[in-house]
Amino acid sequence: MGKEMTAWERVQTARDSHRPYASDYISRIFDGFLELHGDRLYGDDRAVIGGIASLDQQYVTVIGQQKGRTTKENRYRNFGMMKPEGYRKALRLMKQAEKFRRPIILFVDTPGAFCGVEAEERGQGEAIARNLFEMAGITVPILTIVIGEGGSGGALALAMGNEVWMLENSVYSILSPEGFAAILWKDAKRAEEAADVMKITAARLQEFGIIEKVIPEPEPVDVEKMEAIVEILKAEIRNFLERYQEKRADEIVEERYRRFREMGAPQLQ
Amino acid sequence: MQYKMCRQRGAVIMLREHFRKTEKRWEDTGNGEQGNEAGKESDLSSRTENISGESKLSGGDREAAGVETGAEVTVSERENSSGRKIPKLLRPHVPDGMFRKCEFCRKTVYEEDIRNNWYTCPKCGGYFRIEPKTRISMVVDQGSFEEWDEKLTGDNPLEFPGYEEKLQRLRENTGLTEAVVTGQGSVRGIRAAVGVMSSEFLMGSMGTAVGEKITRMIERATAERLPVILFCCSGGARMQEGIFSLMQMAKTSQALKRHDESGLLYISILTDPTMGGVTASFAMLGDVILAEPGAMIGFAGARVIRQTIGQKLPEGFQSAEFLLKCGFVDRIVKREKLRRTLAVLLGSSEVREWEKK
Repeated sequence: MGKEMTAWERVQTARDSHRPYASDYISRIFDGFLELHGDRLYGDDRAVIGGIASLDQQYVTVIGQQKGRTTKENRYRNFGMMKPEGYRKALRLMKQAEKFRRPIILFVDTPGAFCGVEAEERGQGEAIARNLFEMAGITVPILTIVIGEGGSGGALALAMGNEVWMLENSVYSILSPEGFAAILWKDAKRAEEAADVMKITAARLQEFGIIEKVIPEPEPVDVEKMEAIVEILKAEIRNFLERYQEKRADEIVEERYRRFREMGAPQLQ
Repeated sequence: MQYKMCRQRGAVIMLREHFRKTEKRWEDTGNGEQGNEAGKESDLSSRTENISGESKLSGGDREAAGVETGAEVTVSERENSSGRKIPKLLRPHVPDGMFRKCEFCRKTVYEEDIRNNWYTCPKCGGYFRIEPKTRISMVVDQGSFEEWDEKLTGDNPLEFPGYEEKLQRLRENTGLTEAVVTGQGSVRGIRAAVGVMSSEFLMGSMGTAVGEKITRMIERATAERLPVILFCCSGGARMQEGIFSLMQMAKTSQALKRHDESGLLYISILTDPTMGGVTASFAMLGDVILAEPGAMIGFAGARVIRQTIGQKLPEGFQSAEFLLKCGFVDRIVKREKLRRTLAVLLGSSEVREWEKK
């Protein structure tokens, strides 16, 4: 390993098109994946994929924000930026998982929720809020893994997990460093500086107690060389499923509540 | 409705009291105010005709007219008219004085008229932003408000340069400790937890202290079986607290989930502006969502949408009226009708005594 990467380098790594996307992980970690579509209300958001998968004979529901590698794919996937129907599709699949007692595994990789006229018309804010609200009551374990960019509320809407893990070179932030610099310093060019100030790397977020685990990347993961990271993730997910197997529904909900309840109140009386 | 409530004696008494107070006024009757009290309340809203009306409606009259102003506010308003210290009621760029320039129609209007007109412009009807104290005095029964977690403040979790100094300055300038005031009060006799966000404090942005105060309010309301009324007014999550601000969206939303599961009522009232992380959490989770006329409500900012997507924005985009049309707001309620509307909503969703456990 060379010298420690800067926050900005990690942002760029997280956005790199050589980095594996949700579908790359899903197809390699799980034994099978049956994709299910649609939110039953408006449409099928292709920026998010979801369905039923199995790992060692155990069924789980897997949902992931999906980017595209080429321009054409990215147009199809909308760069991994979900619209309200995407959040509603994810919630529908999570409710389904709860009904059939399947643990939920979520892959986060999005620059943020899509911002556009139609997203506002269909209630982007409401859709995200509803996910947070409903996920708080889901009685099966939820695991979120941030694999690339964890952009703002668009990421959080799939990150109300009992545990949240991050790959070493992924980032999770309130806003893109560019947006942050533009808002606070009126200068989007200071993004590099912003990335540092914002403390968005996996290591910092673990120190803050925002995430439970950092999945190490001795080399930044590449879609061509995924064997090592897939083995690690498989083992970790197995371990997670085992740990939660014995827990009662109310314990699962209560632990998740406590997890978020304690966030960001260190110095308050 | 009466039948349902009559199963419980305590509820009957409360209901009778409630009907006596509201009478037929709870259907939206436009300006056809019925009943004594309503007529008086509307006095203030029809102040447009009363340009020279400051003297006509003395402080005493106003109190009698059911403008349940908290005593302190009334006093400070009187001070204003005699030219002493004037609190900042409008946006900071408006100069202090007898007159103000309306930020909507650019016409010069008497401050007194604005105050007597529910803090709206007597000429164009534009809604000015109002601060928690004023809001509470407009909505809550006089003297019934009790503040909670008054001294709760956050810190600087990211060690963002200059943030603590900024907060300190804001505390001095606004007299607020943070961007939300929470507590309990009653609306026409029905007790509720009440929260009001303030645009003057870093544009009502939600950091850890705001998230914590709102969460504590909701949790206490759940424990004490109280409905929650929350006036949203925020530019979104607070950038200076980074990821911690983002987590407040989760924290507040999950508290509302428990409140909801306890069968309690949550009314969110969207005022100008309600944006970003606040829209994407508690603002949009009300059992009933009300909005003020003309309020800007949305997730992504209009400027951001225009820049990133290059789309032309439709007329009235992200206004309260736009959201009503899209189906995300139950009702747009004028300030002078808000107490009445809240009383009906609270009265119709009261927790019956036998359910209180």
